[in-house]
Amino acid sequence: MTYIRPKFRHPELPKNKLGYTISYYEGALSTLCAGCGHDSISAGIVQAAYEMNIEPHKLAKLSGIGCSSKTPAYFLSNSHGFNSVHGRMPSVATGANMANRDLIYFGVSGDGDSASIGMGQFVHVIRRNLNMVYIVMNNGCYGLTKGQDSATADRGSKNKSGNVNLFQSIDLASLAIELGATFVAQSFSGDKTQLVPLIKAAMNHPGFAFINVISPCVTFNNNVGSTKSYDFVREHVEATATIDFVPMMSEIKAEYTEGDSKMVKLHDGTYLKLHKLSQEWDPLNRLSAMNAVHNAREKDEILTGLLYMDPDSGDLHEMIQTSDRPLNTLTEKELCPGPEVLKNINADLR
Amino acid sequence: MSLKENRINDFVVRFANVNGTGSASANYLFCKAIFRMGIPVTPKNIFPSNIQGLPTWYEVRISEKGYLGRREGIDLMVAVNPQSMTADVASVKSGGYFLYDSSKKLQAEYMREDVNYIGIPLMEMCNEAFTDARQRQLFKNIIYVGALAALLNIDFSVFESLLGEQFKGKEKLIAPNIKALQMGVDYVHQNFKYPLNFYVEKRDLIGDKIMIDGNSACGLGAIYAGATVAAWYPITPSTSVVEAFMGYADEYRIDPVTGKRNVAIIQAEDELAAIGMVIGANWNGARSFTATSGPGLSLMNEFLGLAYFAEIPTVLIDVQRSGPSTGMPTRTQQSDVLEAAYASHGDTKHVLLFPSTPKECFEMTSDAFDLAEELQTPVMLMTDLDLGMNDHVSAPFEWNVNKEYKRGKVLSATALDKIEKFGRYLDVDGDGITYRTYPGTHPSKGSFFTRGTSRDEYAVYTESSDAYKRNMDRLMKKWETAKDYVNAPQLYQEKNHSKICLIFFGTSQFSSEEAMDILRSQNIQTDALRLKAFPFNRDVEDFINAHEQIFVIEQNRDAQMRSLIMIELGINADKLFSVLNYDGMPITADQITRQITSHLNLPNN
Repeated sequence: MTYIRPKFRHPELPKNKLGYTISYYEGALSTLCAGCGHDSISAGIVQAAYEMNIEPHKLAKLSGIGCSSKTPAYFLSNSHGFNSVHGRMPSVATGANMANRDLIYFGVSGDGDSASIGMGQFVHVIRRNLNMVYIVMNNGCYGLTKGQDSATADRGSKNKSGNVNLFQSIDLASLAIELGATFVAQSFSGDKTQLVPLIKAAMNHPGFAFINVISPCVTFNNNVGSTKSYDFVREHVEATATIDFVPMMSEIKAEYTEGDSKMVKLHDGTYLKLHKLSQEWDPLNRLSAMNAVHNAREKDEILTGLLYMDPDSGDLHEMIQTSDRPLNTLTEKELCPGPEVLKNINADLR
Repeated sequence: MSLKENRINDFVVRFANVNGTGSASANYLFCKAIFRMGIPVTPKNIFPSNIQGLPTWYEVRISEKGYLGRREGIDLMVAVNPQSMTADVASVKSGGYFLYDSSKKLQAEYMREDVNYIGIPLMEMCNEAFTDARQRQLFKNIIYVGALAALLNIDFSVFESLLGEQFKGKEKLIAPNIKALQMGVDYVHQNFKYPLNFYVEKRDLIGDKIMIDGNSACGLGAIYAGATVAAWYPITPSTSVVEAFMGYADEYRIDPVTGKRNVAIIQAEDELAAIGMVIGANWNGARSFTATSGPGLSLMNEFLGLAYFAEIPTVLIDVQRSGPSTGMPTRTQQSDVLEAAYASHGDTKHVLLFPSTPKECFEMTSDAFDLAEELQTPVMLMTDLDLGMNDHVSAPFEWNVNKEYKRGKVLSATALDKIEKFGRYLDVDGDGITYRTYPGTHPSKGSFFTRGTSRDEYAVYTESSDAYKRNMDRLMKKWETAKDYVNAPQLYQEKNHSKICLIFFGTSQFSSEEAMDILRSQNIQTDALRLKAFPFNRDVEDFINAHEQIFVIEQNRDAQMRSLIMIELGINADKLFSVLNYDGMPITADQITRQITSHLNLPNN
């Protein structure tokens, strides 16, 4: 890890459509351990936001507590951020989203934050199909308190002190599919080529978009015997498909192209181009996605890539029919019924 | 017989019913009829934590003098619940009346020599007149209301108009109700002397007052105050706050053009999520609130600490009930005072408001939003089950046509352009209140990181002791500022004229005022102050310092408000005497008077 990041940027750094260079999307210097998987994910978020031409101030980043939840400070410094309390980011994101439906909500959590203390909120934010990106930086351990096993640690996995985890692990991705999440992906912090298009697709998804990213903890869980180490993950990773996020490809007519490729049309006319590696799997079919995840687990593989999506789901605002105008822009004029109405209310109470 | 003279508009009727038998609407009809006759009336619903089958009581005090507190002693018991009969007979005042269903003979064990019995064969009459099983059950209640009309001299035409309003659109139901009422009237006319030696007489003491429960008033207050996001988890006795909010939102928050809703109401998975949503929405510039009760407040503590430290406006309506733990969930108390005042770990202090009436529930809910946004901190409205779930006679709601929401120090894009460097926690004005920005305001200025960890004036994480202390001290400065913002207390006298004074708040107001009258009749003059807010402002401090004996009246065991006064104002414990009630029932004037006179070593009448 470098302690001083040079402020100098090459004057001819490429700019995106908004005229911003990628440095405009960076955050403060990371204070995580050198080589932490989380920093690679932060870099992926920076790149995705840059390439997607996101106005940084039109995105709000939220997190809970833990190593992963510190990362929003390390990307998109021109965005408002909210580092809330342990396991409760989903509720804060829900309230924020209800207040202003026009922003992108980018939630970052960890395996302790989501699979243990925050399991209740994780489950319920999925039920509500809140329009947000929810990334779990999953390292199978509690880094900030020095390496205790988390609920996503695999049974039989050995931690740094040599203790073997006795308990069944919680698989967040298959849980999310089971609960009806409308976008579920899994990735690996060491695979930026796969991660960046997944983040882009997630930001574009008009509902709850979950990405479980295996992100090795170099300090406490990168040892031999751990199933969340760089080496283990690299050896066991199996991708559903390679993925490209294709902005506005109006010339494509057929949803399916020849061979192994599949184009998934998204709500706003953009496409996800999947080069499928498995013929049995259909990302638009929940049952098929669940089978693919379970089959991979049987084979001790970590299935990555897009697992499932429903491109046409209605988010929470659609379900409860809130107005198209963000609620935080409404004033006395729209909100207060006024004294005349109150006279009638009083009259009815006499 | 101790009741010799006729008493007009001054008695207590209690109904003993079985939960879930439709008695509530019949009893309400009785109460509303007296209200319509222009007579001050106070109903108290005493209900179990149960949906069907357990005893429930409805107690109505009628008071010409306008005493709206509960009064001990039942003048007339309408006992239609065999389960509670023993206790019901025992609770009648000597010389009082006991109305019962005489379809079956009353057992000898229920007979008291000093009580008058009025047996009406309610079940028999119902079975004869109605065929439908549900109607037979429901109209039993209406028949006894009819009997009361005759016994207490209630104007029958008032019932007719009330039923007409109640069944507007379902006129079919009016006739059988009138028939049942008339059956009760006729039975009394044929079998008893009427009216009793206490009865009602039409008055004009209500004026333009309204009758409503405090929770509905809070819900309406949140609508008027512009709340757009409500998040909650069901818990008695606060549930009806959000239900009222929903009801009013259905009426007043539908966009006339699109048909969509200018409100988001989320039933959360628990209280932790509810308060998290409220904090998220307020952070993002919407007015948002939750309503809960003691157990929910306990769960919300961690988030309240975050909102205090990260300085996020938060509005919480705490409808207090009897604790600790699940306690008596359907009984009233004022026992969350200390928990609310210092909610969460670390050094925290929270703004509390104490409404006494539905009108204050309405106004203070609105005040809570203004204060929360001006002070950028949680504000808790401390109501209770008695105020929240019982109907109260109240001054009508008022809203000034020119009233604007006070949104506090929020910077717009234009304002940000004029600033060299934005510091979220920079005390620019010297009052401890700093400037905030909503997400999405400006492309390159005003973004900051909200966190519950220590940070400097520019919201940058720091573990510097100096920066942490500076921030904590500024929060104290803001607390001092808050004293000028919160509602001033109600003083009962322009100039103090006694060394003895009473301090009370919330629903203890009614009985405390009555107690002052009783004490005055015993030649004990007292000054009085009603607290409306915490932190205590200068008026409270001055008032306390001007008196030698201060009676703090409250509805909890541990004298929580007294402790708060001692801690916050440094008042000597020897000056502060507690008047307490914590049996779950609303405090009475007699309880207050007894405790004060016994302390003053005066004979108790």
